[in-house]
Amino acid sequence: MALRKVRSNIDRIFDKSLTDLIRGIRNNKDNESRYITQCMEEIKQELRQDSIYVKANAIEKLAYLQMLGYDISWASFNVIEVMASTKYTEKRIGYLAAAQSFHDETDVLMLTTNLIRKDVNSSNMYESGIALGGLSCFVTPDLARDLAADVVNLLSCSRNYTRKRAVLLLYKIFLKYPDALRPTFPRLKEKLEDPDPGVQSSAVNVICELARKNPKNYLTLAPVFFKLMTTSSNNWMLIKIIKLFGALVPLEPRLGKKLLEPLTNLINSTSAMSLLYECINTVIAVLISISAGGDHTASIQLCVQKLGVLIEDSDQNLKYLGLLAMGKILKTHPKAVQAHKDIVLRCLDDKDESIRIRSLDLLYGMVSKKNIVEIVKKLMEHVEAAEGSHYRDELLSRIIGICSWSNYQYITNFEWYISVLVELTKVEGTEHGAKIAEQIQDVTVRVESIRHFSVSQMALLVENAHVLLAGSAQQRSNMCEVLLAAAWICGEYSQHVRNQQGVLESMLKAKPSVMPGHILSVYVQNIGKLYCSLMSQAEEEDDWDAIDSLDNLMLSKLPQFELSEHLEAQERACNLMAIIRIVEKLHQDRQKMGSEVQKLYDGELNPVATKAQRKVPVPDGLDLDAWIGEEWAAASEDESDDESDIEEMFGAPATRPKMLENEEQEPVVQDLEELGGGKKKKGKNGAEIAMSKEEIEKRRKLREQEIENNPYYVKGSATAPKRPTRFGNPLERVEIVEKEKEIQSPLEIPGVVGLHRYMEQQDSTLSWKKAKEDDIIGGGKKKKSTKKDGKKNGKKSGKKRRTTSTSSEEEDRIVHKVNRNDGEMPEGAKSTDDEDEKITSIDEFRALDMDLDAPLRPDEIVKAPQAYTRVYPSQQKQGPLVPRPPTTFEPRLVAQQQEPAVKLVKEKKKKTGKKTTTATAVAKLKKKKSLPESSASKSNLFNMDDWLDGSNGNVPIDSTLEMKSTLNVEKPKKLKKSAISSKKKVREAYEETSGVCTPSIPHQPSPIDSEAATSSEYCRLAANKTIYVDFVARPNCDPLDHGRLTVHLRVSRKEHKEKIRKIELNMVDTLNAKVLKESEDPILLAEELDSDATSSEASFDVQVTATNVSRTMRGTLTYFLVDDEGTRDDKLDLRLPIPATVFVMPNSSIRKDDYSALLASDDVDFGATQNVATGEVKLKTVLTQIVRKAHFSIVEETPKAASLFGRTVGGEPICLLVKKTSDGVQIDGKAGDEQLIQSIIQDVSEICARA
Amino acid sequence: MIKAILVINNHGKPRLLKFYQHYPEEKQQQIVRETFQLVSKRDDNVCNFLEGGTLIDGNDYRLIYRHYATLYFIFCVDSSESELGILDLIQVFVETLDRCFENVCELDLIFHVDRVHHILGEIVMGGMVLETNMNEILQRIQEQDKIQKQEAGITAAPARAVSAVKNMNISQQLKDIKLPDLPSLSNLKNAF
Repeated sequence: MALRKVRSNIDRIFDKSLTDLIRGIRNNKDNESRYITQCMEEIKQELRQDSIYVKANAIEKLAYLQMLGYDISWASFNVIEVMASTKYTEKRIGYLAAAQSFHDETDVLMLTTNLIRKDVNSSNMYESGIALGGLSCFVTPDLARDLAADVVNLLSCSRNYTRKRAVLLLYKIFLKYPDALRPTFPRLKEKLEDPDPGVQSSAVNVICELARKNPKNYLTLAPVFFKLMTTSSNNWMLIKIIKLFGALVPLEPRLGKKLLEPLTNLINSTSAMSLLYECINTVIAVLISISAGGDHTASIQLCVQKLGVLIEDSDQNLKYLGLLAMGKILKTHPKAVQAHKDIVLRCLDDKDESIRIRSLDLLYGMVSKKNIVEIVKKLMEHVEAAEGSHYRDELLSRIIGICSWSNYQYITNFEWYISVLVELTKVEGTEHGAKIAEQIQDVTVRVESIRHFSVSQMALLVENAHVLLAGSAQQRSNMCEVLLAAAWICGEYSQHVRNQQGVLESMLKAKPSVMPGHILSVYVQNIGKLYCSLMSQAEEEDDWDAIDSLDNLMLSKLPQFELSEHLEAQERACNLMAIIRIVEKLHQDRQKMGSEVQKLYDGELNPVATKAQRKVPVPDGLDLDAWIGEEWAAASEDESDDESDIEEMFGAPATRPKMLENEEQEPVVQDLEELGGGKKKKGKNGAEIAMSKEEIEKRRKLREQEIENNPYYVKGSATAPKRPTRFGNPLERVEIVEKEKEIQSPLEIPGVVGLHRYMEQQDSTLSWKKAKEDDIIGGGKKKKSTKKDGKKNGKKSGKKRRTTSTSSEEEDRIVHKVNRNDGEMPEGAKSTDDEDEKITSIDEFRALDMDLDAPLRPDEIVKAPQAYTRVYPSQQKQGPLVPRPPTTFEPRLVAQQQEPAVKLVKEKKKKTGKKTTTATAVAKLKKKKSLPESSASKSNLFNMDDWLDGSNGNVPIDSTLEMKSTLNVEKPKKLKKSAISSKKKVREAYEETSGVCTPSIPHQPSPIDSEAATSSEYCRLAANKTIYVDFVARPNCDPLDHGRLTVHLRVSRKEHKEKIRKIELNMVDTLNAKVLKESEDPILLAEELDSDATSSEASFDVQVTATNVSRTMRGTLTYFLVDDEGTRDDKLDLRLPIPATVFVMPNSSIRKDDYSALLASDDVDFGATQNVATGEVKLKTVLTQIVRKAHFSIVEETPKAASLFGRTVGGEPICLLVKKTSDGVQIDGKAGDEQLIQSIIQDVSEICARA
Repeated sequence: MIKAILVINNHGKPRLLKFYQHYPEEKQQQIVRETFQLVSKRDDNVCNFLEGGTLIDGNDYRLIYRHYATLYFIFCVDSSESELGILDLIQVFVETLDRCFENVCELDLIFHVDRVHHILGEIVMGGMVLETNMNEILQRIQEQDKIQKQEAGITAAPARAVSAVKNMNISQQLKDIKLPDLPSLSNLKNAF
């Protein structure tokens, strides 16, 4: 039965509904994609049906499939069809699909302008709602430009539901079409005081988004927001406002001071956690901005205390946020945060990774010289316990980060730090091997006193390289980076190596097959250094046996490095081999080569700043972009490759490139610098020499004592630092002891002290602490000298140097320096940090950076919709042949054209020197647009300063109220004026749309637009001995309603004594043309004209049925003349011409080839020709007149002829050819409409004749 | 600004995707997968904020999510949104769904994803919070339902009959029934 019933709808039953589709997909889990492909086919079938219901169903299914990852852009056009459905349900489906799948590149979107305009202005609020919502998702620059005026109109819609959406949509429009921001901003600002809290909140939302990107432009709004903040109880809005203030305070510290009190009150009173949190955040921002002056400990304390509560809360979310906010306080008030050290450290143990990472962030501020050891110890424990490599890596990098913070500021004991780093090499599977290596090198380079210790550790690492190289290839590639540092340190500071022979041998044992190439090359380089060192020693002692065996060792082991796959390693190995062969040959003649070879590795290496390479100034006359030779196209690709390689080498701060730099370039530079003084320290080290002898003596004793007490130190090293080979014993003993302890971790290397053992050793030596104390006592004097040092250096190089109390065994080094400066920079390079802080804000937002308080320029208008948007079947067919007017620059073009006109009007006014007090709608519009706006903004600025300087919180509110009240006074005044001057609906509507909230009238031209119209050139319409009338007619640009014109009239009185009163206009409607007005009353042009007010303006709309013919309307102007004798009436008949050219759109341009293609097509198949006698007038003048009065644009111009193009409001193309003849011009025209082209030709001829 | 709203079930299947910034379809799916990876490995009693993943390119963005029974509601927002505020917003969204569907469950979201979109459209517009008052939201949804019903009144009657028939799950029954036992039905089928 049921089946039979349905039989009539047989095709429908096969159309799956969305539910069927979903069910089907669920039932076909195994071959889902095949099922969906099949469904797609069905959907394509359905989309071919005529029924919009079927299509909507299909689109609904597509929207679902889109979510599953299927591209549905092919159905864009169908989506638009469904969007155009008259049924709400279907329309909604269409808009949903559009919102999900349309984007800036969807080309069919340009077809939707009118559809969306219609929907947005729909009387059904839900229809308008979905259109606004949809538009917010897929708005393009074109749509934004064309629909801006409509959306702005909706701001005065009576329904909250629509207003709210229009306000939010504005933000998206501004993003896509920044030109709309300035003209619309006053309207948006009004919405801050909207009666509906939802609309208010939306406006706050939009302004917050705008202000976040360009805060400085919104500072003047602070009083308004301040008032909202103190009066509103809507938490959503409060949060937004408070966030906005957070963005504003950095720009205006006075604002911060003002905010502090109300925010503190809110913090104390609110129960909403979200609000509390945002208040704290903004207070923090305030405190940061005013950190320079004033005592705000109370506020800081309050924040920190509240955050402490949050962090200790059982709610993980609050804990997370508390830590997040705490991190912000940390930057400026680290002390306040340190009170919560325990809580933060406890959070390190939290089970939640997000929280642990947040608390790691805070650690930077928690560390001090005193507690760094403790904190790092704790972190090391975490490293061991951590599961998941992400967190472990994070921990590792934080440990390194904390320790190296501002060039090792917190580290007093660098041996400890080296131990930490060595300990970290035992961490399995971390990706920070390179980082650790870099640190080890950096510390060793910077801290001379640590070198001996560091070298001893690194030597052990080198000797036990196999342990680090064990394990999987991936792990190897990370941690073996440390070997690079180890090898380099052993080589570079070979004088500290105890067992040079041993280290050299173990280096030579490295297997090229296992070891990564870049490390291998470092190995080779440092083998060379060690060899050189050993050889020199042997030569000094004339131990030729040792020399021979050394040479033999090298010659036998080194060749295996020559076989390395890594080119650099190979190259270096070959190089070294060649040198050694030469040396060996000379050695056979018993020649000493030590000092010669030594020169290869001469010089001290200093830390190089990461940016140093970039900062090398380009010498004068060097153009890096110029070709050195002739351009060689074939090589360009290779070259770019090379370049990128170079960039990689020099740009990356990673260890390896730095190493290469150090080795390859540094020595050259260094050598140049130090040639004169050999290895003598540079001037900056000279300070140490200045130290008094007493001091030196004292320090040495102290140090010796320390060394004595520290079992870790290699005893006796102080006696002969340059010959470490002789006193290997003590450490060997340590080694033995440690070997007994049994290896704990697989990566444990016997002899490597590591952190644990290092700490153990320290704990066991009480005297260590004592020594330290002594050190502190002795520090009093030291401080002084340090200060002096600092001053000297400060003057000389501005670099910071510090002395530390770490011990050392080098005799000749008096004070143990830590080179804490930023590293060497090339001469002439400026030390600028700002280059990294360059604001990289996205262009999207930069475009919105504009001064919102400056008065609007006359050209700043939200353009009314353009005609091109109307889609004609004929246009669609021919596609690209009929181009649309250029879209992007159009407003600018309008501006250029209109500006002179505006000036003209203004000048005229000035000349007469009389004030126009009679306020007609148009004149007032102008005033309202420019004058009050600027004055308001001025008063705004004015008040800003008063407001900010006001000491208590009450003043600002008062002043804002005042400001507002003045604004309020202004408004009623205007309304009154308009009431007097106009009873006509047309004009009232005009007035209202200009800003006072009334329901919008959809097709009313936007106020801003109409203002533009008034500024264009007027023509004389009629005149008699008392008055004259000028007019200008403008078509309504709405393509849906293109038979409508707005006529602007200006009535002026001539010079005589009488007053003219009650000037009224009666137009006679014809069959085809009608004045649009509500009542039968005549149009009041002016209440009174006297010697003060010589002219008055008014406008009305005319509706014509056909735009393709020219016509005239007749009318009569009636008025009273009042003089001393009494009153008499008078009239003036006028004929208002409405030529067809009025409907030609200004600014329609076309490209030359499109123009010829258009002429060739049959779209303009009707022609007309006329000859006009213009006499001596130049063609140029004629053309100018046509362009100005008939709005055509010139496509091509030759001395004898010119082709012009225009487009009617309805989108019809018109082509004109104007040719110079013997006594005038000949005008040929072509268009798609016979009537149209004839009328146009007629009109244009008249214009020419008058030219 | 809200950058994206994702509803994903416990198995990583998307139930609702709303991106307020354009991503091609493959990218969207990749984001779903990645985001699911991130949220699914987190315990229920940890905090609701997350950092990392493709969706968050740049430090300004973070994920804020809530886990309800079988569904994750994930919002990707930038720093102009209040973290706790968004958590509340998710709550509002879910409660609204609950009222609209009367004890919402995952099945409701599966079969009425369009409706969920419409409801979301009343709460968030173009990445900005539109309305948070649940009564207002509900009233608007009810009114729109009314319009839908009116429109469906006459024209959709046949369609509803069809769907009623379909809801009887005839196809499934046909499948279940062995054809030889009911030759008449199989004939009928051919007639189509």
